[in-house]
Amino acid sequence: MSRTFELVMPKLAIAPAFVLGFAFIYGFMVWNGVLSVTGSRMLPNYDEFVGLAQYQQLFSMDRWWVALKNLGIFSVLYVGGAMLLGMLLAIFLDQKVRAEGALRTIYLYPMALSFIVTGTAWKWILNPSLGLEKLMHDLGWASFHFDWLVQTETAIYCVVIAGIWQSAGFAMALFLAGLRGIDDSIIKAAQMDGASLPRIYWRIILPILRPVVFSIILVLSHLSIKSFDLVMALTSGGPGYSTDVPATFMYVMSFTRGQIGLGAASATMMLATVAAIVVPYLYSELRAKPHDR
Amino acid sequence: MIAKYFPRVFLYTVLLVSALFFLVPLYVMLATSLKDAAQIRSGNLLSWPTSLNFESWGLAWSSACTGVDCRGLQPYFWNSITMAVPAVLISTAWGAVNGYVLSLWKFRGSELLFGFLLFGVFMPFQVVLLPMSQVLGYLGLSSSIGGLVLVHCLAGMAGTTLFFRNYYTAIPKELVNAARMDGAGFWRIFWRIVLPLSTPILMVTLIWQFTNIWNDFLFGVAFSGADSKPVTVGLNNMVNTSSSVKNYNIDMAAALIAGLPTMLVYVLAGQYFVKGLTAGAVKG
Repeated sequence: MSRTFELVMPKLAIAPAFVLGFAFIYGFMVWNGVLSVTGSRMLPNYDEFVGLAQYQQLFSMDRWWVALKNLGIFSVLYVGGAMLLGMLLAIFLDQKVRAEGALRTIYLYPMALSFIVTGTAWKWILNPSLGLEKLMHDLGWASFHFDWLVQTETAIYCVVIAGIWQSAGFAMALFLAGLRGIDDSIIKAAQMDGASLPRIYWRIILPILRPVVFSIILVLSHLSIKSFDLVMALTSGGPGYSTDVPATFMYVMSFTRGQIGLGAASATMMLATVAAIVVPYLYSELRAKPHDR
Repeated sequence: MIAKYFPRVFLYTVLLVSALFFLVPLYVMLATSLKDAAQIRSGNLLSWPTSLNFESWGLAWSSACTGVDCRGLQPYFWNSITMAVPAVLISTAWGAVNGYVLSLWKFRGSELLFGFLLFGVFMPFQVVLLPMSQVLGYLGLSSSIGGLVLVHCLAGMAGTTLFFRNYYTAIPKELVNAARMDGAGFWRIFWRIVLPLSTPILMVTLIWQFTNIWNDFLFGVAFSGADSKPVTVGLNNMVNTSSSVKNYNIDMAAALIAGLPTMLVYVLAGQYFVKGLTAGAVKG
């Protein structure tokens, strides 16, 4: 009796994760999909099937297109910027510098803070009258004018700046770990052969670090699609809806505008975008070593 | 070796200027929180506060207003603690058991199960917002701290499972087999052999979960009610409240208070936090 009990024990122990986890991840995905084909407004209404009308409406809305455009601008600049800055810092930190630990701590601390906290700080720094502009005037640059945060065309770039500031340390930490994993003898050998430094980095080190680069791109790009807090803290999607991203669009439609069906449709689009990036990666990762023990 | 191309002075200049870029917002927050309104108007972002004035910190903590509610950040801070402590402990313990099964007690289909669970680390939580708010309603947990704890346990479980599973994969299976020969069962092996080896990954996971749950805004803003708002939501409401005069010093003090717990954890146990970051990004 106790022996058969022991045999099923592992399965019993994983059962809650299986049942609740799958309900939370896949059950809710389907549920959200169902909501997106109903005409739900203030409350979920499962009796009113509208087919793909919510999706049609979604893609006919200027606000949704603005959100998509902002996501495009934000994710390209945010992923690229954090990546380049992180790479630069990692390479420079890897030159046996003094106080490396302290510098690393400084570069990485924003990752420990909430986007709401840092967003509040950036909102004050980028404040058009008392912030950066006043600082520059006091320093003697009288004609300096900076009001990006309140202009519809430029506010999204403020979100980019704060985002890069927050996440560059993360890219740095991953790169540095990757650089430390490279065998010095490879580089020594290349130097002996007379390879120049940029060549060594470009032709030898970067190819070795390709998996690290992929990981960073993957993590940062899925973070950028999910980014919600930073926009809420910095601009709340404004001025108007000029800095809306899909995440804020979904929230506003579902929870303040009483357009649940439309909100669900936008969430489905977000899911599809993340899945398109992540699923191939997970698939290749899990297939790569199926028999590791 | 980069020294051949750039003088070391250049190297250090770049590193130090970058350090300033990362530190300036923190300095600005701190300096602003110590100024009074007159100093904010007359000085600029970088100007040093003329006196150490902690008045804004007191106001931010206990009497700053959000609309008509003038209790400061204090109630939200306690909400966050009541929410984070159980959610962190439960999601970590749950992940430890899952990771233990998925690494040392593999069965047919367990790898596939793990693969499907892994998507939970990446999925945009916007997808679960609407169904979850209905489920919380059915359970009678709408707008309650208990509801937030439940959501954070469910949302964090995939990540904690990944952490423990990857860590336990490195434990030699012979150790477990030998214990089984001696008649030790599933839980006994977990308590006596696996858990004593788990201190580093426990630290990583606890810190990672605490940082994530404390900093969460999405679930907090979607699922909390008037008396269960976490500190991130309280801070955001306080800063964006439409009052006639903006008190930047109080805003900055409030932001620092809201950021203090995770900052403290980062300073005290930074290396575990960094391990969590890298472990979360590099799957196995």
